[in-house]
Amino acid sequence: MALENLEILDPTPERAAAGLPLAAPMRGEARIALVDIRKPRGDVFLDELERLLAQKGHAVERTMKPTFTKPAPADVRREIAARCDAIIEALAD
Amino acid sequence: MALELVALVKHDCPVCDQLLPVLDAAAAGGAPVRVLSQSDAEETAGQAARLGLSFVPPLDDELALSQRYDPDAVPALLLLDGGVEQGRVEGIDRGRLAELAAQAGVTLELDALPERRPGCASLTRDPRVAASLAARAARREGRIRSRPIEIGGLEDPFEALFDRGLTDGLPVVPPTPERVVAMLEHTSRDPGDVVGIVPPYDGEATVEKVAINAVMAGAPPAALPVVLAAVEAACAPEFALHGLVATTYPAGPTVVVSGPYAQEIGMNAGGNCLGQGNRANLTIGRGLQLVVRNVGGGRPQEEDRATHGQMGKVGSCFAELADGAPWEPLAQARGVAAGETGVTLMATEAPRAIVDQLARDPDGLCASLALALESVATPKQRLAFDALLVVGPEHGRVFREAGWDRAQVQAKLHELTHRRAGDVVRGALGSPEGVDPRFVTDPEMPVAKFAAAERILLAYAGGDAGLFSMVFGGWASGEIGSAPVTRSIEPWR
Repeated sequence: MALENLEILDPTPERAAAGLPLAAPMRGEARIALVDIRKPRGDVFLDELERLLAQKGHAVERTMKPTFTKPAPADVRREIAARCDAIIEALAD
Repeated sequence: MALELVALVKHDCPVCDQLLPVLDAAAAGGAPVRVLSQSDAEETAGQAARLGLSFVPPLDDELALSQRYDPDAVPALLLLDGGVEQGRVEGIDRGRLAELAAQAGVTLELDALPERRPGCASLTRDPRVAASLAARAARREGRIRSRPIEIGGLEDPFEALFDRGLTDGLPVVPPTPERVVAMLEHTSRDPGDVVGIVPPYDGEATVEKVAINAVMAGAPPAALPVVLAAVEAACAPEFALHGLVATTYPAGPTVVVSGPYAQEIGMNAGGNCLGQGNRANLTIGRGLQLVVRNVGGGRPQEEDRATHGQMGKVGSCFAELADGAPWEPLAQARGVAAGETGVTLMATEAPRAIVDQLARDPDGLCASLALALESVATPKQRLAFDALLVVGPEHGRVFREAGWDRAQVQAKLHELTHRRAGDVVRGALGSPEGVDPRFVTDPEMPVAKFAAAERILLAYAGGDAGLFSMVFGGWASGEIGSAPVTRSIEPWR
């Protein structure tokens, strides 16, 4: 019996992942956004990060998402992009 | 245009074997008679040799003419006038064959044939051939647009689908065009219609993509409208599917189906409705989760950061009981028109049993249910989690006989799930979890478990025997998280 190929239909949206190049390493002092995603004790972690960054001469912008369960709203993302050179945002838990 | 006789035959039909020499002789004599075979070249040549025909009949390519004139049986002799059918005989009927031939000015030598003999099923009536033709037509007409993936003849299709990362860890049904097209028969919607944009990568879930994933889930084709409505609901912004996929909490979408269509597709609202054994229940929830995986891109241990997860994340779906319900169905309570079938989606953890075998009055039963509802997440977590309470028939009877409607039960449960602040504040009972002491001005003040009475959703389902209900704890709820979403399936039928 001949072995026939089986045709199936692609269940994905058929989009290639948009590969973005990594940004160049930062030199010198920078303005860095710290995003509080609103999980308990996230502020403790970010306070410590801010202290360490300030020691190295970086300016820090603190901002937060309205809720940890949803992606940051577009205007929050746009503001960070406009005002800061880099962002530190970490997953919770 | 001239009149002509066109005959459709196939190689493995003894009735075709009887008529073919008659047609062959007429054609050899110059009569306007064309014979087309539904079989392949080798089979057709074999038949011609076996019968000693002077011509090997040409093939009906792609069964184009067979589809166009769509006979039930072959041999089918058609009288065509410039392609327009003027008459036909399927099988053998000497009188009618002679009459049809006479209309074309042809004489057929019919004496050796039986007076009447029914034909054999046209190849287009073979279910596999019909499905394949329908699939090819769908592709040709642009109703199927998804990229075809070829699985080699030496590959096991089930293994190939695992290897391509398209399954949830269980085998999936290979989504052949034939199966997908058959499922699409169960919606009036265009396969290109967009059902929703699926997080986390915002994949576009068209009707076609949902059908492909529903086929993979093993869904009965008629369940498609329910899966479509579930995907629509999951993509509503208030459902917060992005966060639900990404959360460390063991929550996933639970689908409650209320209304007559649940019965039409054989869903189980009775015994073991939250368990194994019912195809529609298991595959509707699974189909939704495969859409989340394959269209949205949410994969366990990648975008899905669940610490433990739970088996309901493979798929969680059940139907509500209609008979003996103490109140209107959940979908109707949430705005779906009477008589319509609706789906309600809620972000939940796994269900758990609540036992009360002694309560015979609604107050007592609510007290027992409330104790169990307190334990969602932990009793010290307040206001952040909703619950879906699945009231079983033996518990439901208590409410029905007492005349308690949905709102009354919700209000009572809400009232009974208040605790004194001193017991739920951080540090109380030795547990550091709990209400921030900044909000506790008086340890005697009551603190609600749920943000509102209606945040305790009530569904009615289960087997006849057993004084049990089930509770699904929610996930971070309301505006800060995921709110339940209800949609009618009618727009997707």
